Amino acid sequence: MTQRSLLVADDRTKRRNAAEARFKAYGRVAIAVTLLALAALLTSVVGTGVGAFKQTYATVSVPLDRAVLDKSGVGDPAALKKVTTLGYSKVLKRGLLDSIAGAGITTDVRDKHLIKLLSKEAAATVRNAVLGNPDLIGQTVEFDLLMNGRIDGFFKGRVTMESAALDKNTSPELLTLAQDMADAGLVETRLNWRLLTLPDASDQRPEAAGLGVAILGSAYMMIIVLVLALPIGVGASIYLEEFAPKNRLTDVIEVNIANLAAVPSIVYGILGLAIFINFAQLNQSSPLVGGLVLTLMTLPTIIISTRAALKAVPPSIRDAALGVGASKMQSVFHHVLPLAAPGILTGTIIGLAQALGETAPLLLIGMVAFVREYPAAYSADAGLFGEAATALPVQIFNWTQRSDPAFVERASGAIITLLVFLLIMNAAAIFLRRKFERRW
Amino acid sequence: MTVLFFTIAVTLLAGFAFKAAQLRANADAASTKRRLAALPRHYGLNGLLSVVVPAIVAALICATAAVPYGGWCVVAVGAVGGCIAVIRSRSDFSARNAAERWIMGLLISASGVAILTTVGIVASMLFETRSFFDQYDWRAFFLSSEWSPNFRGGSSLGILPLLWGTLYISAIALACAVPVGVFAAIYLSEYATSRTRSLIKPAVEILAGIPTIVYGLFALITVGPMLRDSFAQPLGLGDSASSVMTAGLVMGIMLIPFVSSLSDDIINAVPQSLRDGALGLGATKSETIRQVVVPAALPGIVGAILLAASRAIGETMIVVLGAGAAARLSLNPFEAMTTVTVKIVSQLTGDTDFASPETLVAFALGLTLFVLTLGLNVVALIVVRKYREQYE
Repeated sequence: MTQRSLLVADDRTKRRNAAEARFKAYGRVAIAVTLLALAALLTSVVGTGVGAFKQTYATVSVPLDRAVLDKSGVGDPAALKKVTTLGYSKVLKRGLLDSIAGAGITTDVRDKHLIKLLSKEAAATVRNAVLGNPDLIGQTVEFDLLMNGRIDGFFKGRVTMESAALDKNTSPELLTLAQDMADAGLVETRLNWRLLTLPDASDQRPEAAGLGVAILGSAYMMIIVLVLALPIGVGASIYLEEFAPKNRLTDVIEVNIANLAAVPSIVYGILGLAIFINFAQLNQSSPLVGGLVLTLMTLPTIIISTRAALKAVPPSIRDAALGVGASKMQSVFHHVLPLAAPGILTGTIIGLAQALGETAPLLLIGMVAFVREYPAAYSADAGLFGEAATALPVQIFNWTQRSDPAFVERASGAIITLLVFLLIMNAAAIFLRRKFERRW
Repeated sequence: MTVLFFTIAVTLLAGFAFKAAQLRANADAASTKRRLAALPRHYGLNGLLSVVVPAIVAALICATAAVPYGGWCVVAVGAVGGCIAVIRSRSDFSARNAAERWIMGLLISASGVAILTTVGIVASMLFETRSFFDQYDWRAFFLSSEWSPNFRGGSSLGILPLLWGTLYISAIALACAVPVGVFAAIYLSEYATSRTRSLIKPAVEILAGIPTIVYGLFALITVGPMLRDSFAQPLGLGDSASSVMTAGLVMGIMLIPFVSSLSDDIINAVPQSLRDGALGLGATKSETIRQVVVPAALPGIVGAILLAASRAIGETMIVVLGAGAAARLSLNPFEAMTTVTVKIVSQLTGDTDFASPETLVAFALGLTLFVLTLGLNVVALIVVRKYREQYE
């Protein structure tokens, strides 16, 4: 037998150590892949979406010509209303020409194409201002007007000269003109908080689309989920955890809840469509139906976390209460439940966050509809939460289906909004857990 | 008369019953609290619940059966309940027990909602599926390999291409998620220091908290075009941005945290004594993991994978945005294919006519999906549960 030193590793040890190192490296690679995927996901979406929070406006002095806007000549409101946005386009064009000439810019763009600089929403903005204050007619008023989505995209780097040359909605000359206007201080790209308040807009005007209706609809649905899912979920958990006898029926309920938690969300949409809309005849695309569907979907999550929280309360607390003469019900409601409350709240917030991001079931109950009216929480015709609305994730889906690439930017912006809401909710859950968590 | 009016009426009635029951019990005990069988507030609570609970039940019945003058029925039922409670409020009446019986009823019915949901899901889908099979041959549905719905009639509605798309995408997703997820879990639970763990674990959990619509958009604007430009077109495999590969990859990312957090729990549940034994015999750490920890945790990991598979099959938004809408049976992963969930969405959104087989087929698809995922879930739950008992 040859003499071997303990300090020199033999082949077999080397092989085993190499295998060890390789195995560890696999783990590192797996973690790296995960983190990379997360980073790619967030940068891609946030990178595209940041643009949606900026918007390009043009400052235009519009001569509100009485001959065009007020044919009656006396400011009669009915006559004023008869002038459509088409009429306002004329004064807008005049204003644009004046502004461009005033800034000393020369351009090859023909006059009739000038209006393509501005959003189709611009005429409506001016019209609303005039209808709100007819005294403006006859004066020259300075307006901050939305620019067309293509021009807006040019200032954000989404539209280039090359892509504009192929686009029938804009042209390189228009972009040059816009750049000259920006240099002259007539055009400005600034923060756009109106993304969060405006309602959706049609295919033609991505620059005017906002999330107002969607946020409102989502908020209504969250209220419904909170009001229904929290008491029902907590009630069910208390019964199952504290009172239920161990028998067939409770076993069935347990398995049931575990299964419901794993049922694909779209199945809840089918349930909502069949039961709430076709059978119970509730309004399509109303937050009420959406809220009910999301409630059923969130219930298992809340029940599972509430039961965990109840389980964590030590039996000695219950025994002490029973020992001084409390009934079982009193021991639960007076002692166990308050101690489990932080855990229950955390679970509820996480359930709500899940519900807030859910899209598929809402598609089936008609929340994809195009809604421009802010839904009221209560109305005599539609009842409580019965008016048509959309929801944040559905609005995102909706925008991804439109042809104009500006809507992709809007959708990404909406995702940033959604993620911020989710972040706030999850942070609140973590804060509650840290602050009130108790270990026995 | 609106819902609001009756809600207020029942609330007032409940308040009235609360006070009346208390007063009556007090009067019966001649204002001597010691003679009462329960605290005054228990009498009140019993009065209140005797109005509210029957009223809620009556309201639910009236709403589903559309009883004429339903609102007044609800108020009447509540009033009767309140009167009975007030009449019974004598000094020797054990009001606490009575009130607790009402509460118990509420708790039990709350847990009944879970059962009702399942019943609702199954019933609604069975009902509509039956009327679908009345109009469309079930053999053609399950065995035909052609999917071309046509709202003017004469459509072929074979599920096979949809199932193929679903399974293909899920298989790709699992092929990505399982190795990454399991290795991440092993690394986090066996190798990582507690500091690294506390940094990386929340990051992985962020992935789990991101809504699927975000993954869908990621597939649509980033992954799809990237795969098309750098793989599909150079290799001549197709030029569609939405493809099985796109949806599969993105879904794989979505499933990583799911697999890893479940496996992590299971690996952590393997008793330390097993590891110590293997290490004591001279095994390296990786040998311990491969030959002791993973075999011990295997049933649980398999359960986690099954749950992930059921997730993948039922996932909707990623495939709606990433996989495309063309139903086809093909092996090329860079071609657009479609899934069961995509077709449920497309058949049920927009203006739909609930008598035509083209709409009703969505319910049959939904039922198939439900049965598939239910089977996977049940098997997974049984496996996981069996395993947990082993070391407890």
